[in-house]
Amino acid sequence: MPVDVMIVDDSAAIRKILQRVLVQADVPLGKVHEAGDGKEALEKLQGNPVGLILSDINMPVMDGLELLSKLKADDGLKAVPVVMITTEGGQAKVLEAVNLGAAGYVRKPFTAEQIKEKLIGII
Amino acid sequence: MKGNLTHGELASRISKATGEVFEMMLGSSAEPGTSRVEESGVGPTEGVVALVGLTGPLVGTGCVSCDADLACRLAGHMLMSEFTSVDADVLDALGEIANMIIGNIKTSIEDEFGAMWLSVPTVVYGRNFTTRSVGKHCWTVVPFACGSNVMTVQMFLTEANDLTKMIRAGLTVLQKG
Repeated sequence: MPVDVMIVDDSAAIRKILQRVLVQADVPLGKVHEAGDGKEALEKLQGNPVGLILSDINMPVMDGLELLSKLKADDGLKAVPVVMITTEGGQAKVLEAVNLGAAGYVRKPFTAEQIKEKLIGII
Repeated sequence: MKGNLTHGELASRISKATGEVFEMMLGSSAEPGTSRVEESGVGPTEGVVALVGLTGPLVGTGCVSCDADLACRLAGHMLMSEFTSVDADVLDALGEIANMIIGNIKTSIEDEFGAMWLSVPTVVYGRNFTTRSVGKHCWTVVPFACGSNVMTVQMFLTEANDLTKMIRAGLTVLQKG
């Protein structure tokens, strides 16, 4: 069954790459929504339910950790798995994301294989 | 530089991080040349320059620069498209390459120096411009051969001054309050 996905990253290049990687990872893609920051993602998620969110951490306006915390506080969105894909590879950030409810964490740079492995069991 | 992070070690981290980004995100390789230390703080004068700021126990800047041809080629590898001129996608790709290289170095430094933060990348493209860091710092500069072109990654890191430390301490108190 196709999965609608929200990709949140301030880099349009990374959003394009992630979309390509999802195809390479054999994810049965439905609609792909894109947002350049957490605030835009929250706005677009209203009325556009998705089955998976991939989000960067370092973004202007609203960063990925704030987005994650708002998603988990929203009854309509808290069940959506969120995978953080970020250059923030430090243990403190990983723990913070996990404690906030992230379903997975992938450090940039990444390979399609790493994304695929991370998504197994999530979707 | 404070601690055990010598310019040689920083150059080694730059080489490792850059190699990783090229291999994993560009499906390509970059051959590091001989690293050097520059005290002038003057950067490139044309082409594409991506700058990322760092703050924390150490503060500084990371800079990735190359000519327009190479910028188009790197963006092409990354996005699997062909670019004949520098456009928004090329600038975005170069910004992200800088973000990943400097971000990986930041992560490796955090193990020794504590948590650090990155700025959102700033990318500049043009000719006959001058870039200069305020203050006198020693830059660690590593050139990378990418075919017949050269991409340069350079960084300076210095201990956060007392004012920065006081501001950070104040922010910590505010966050805890």
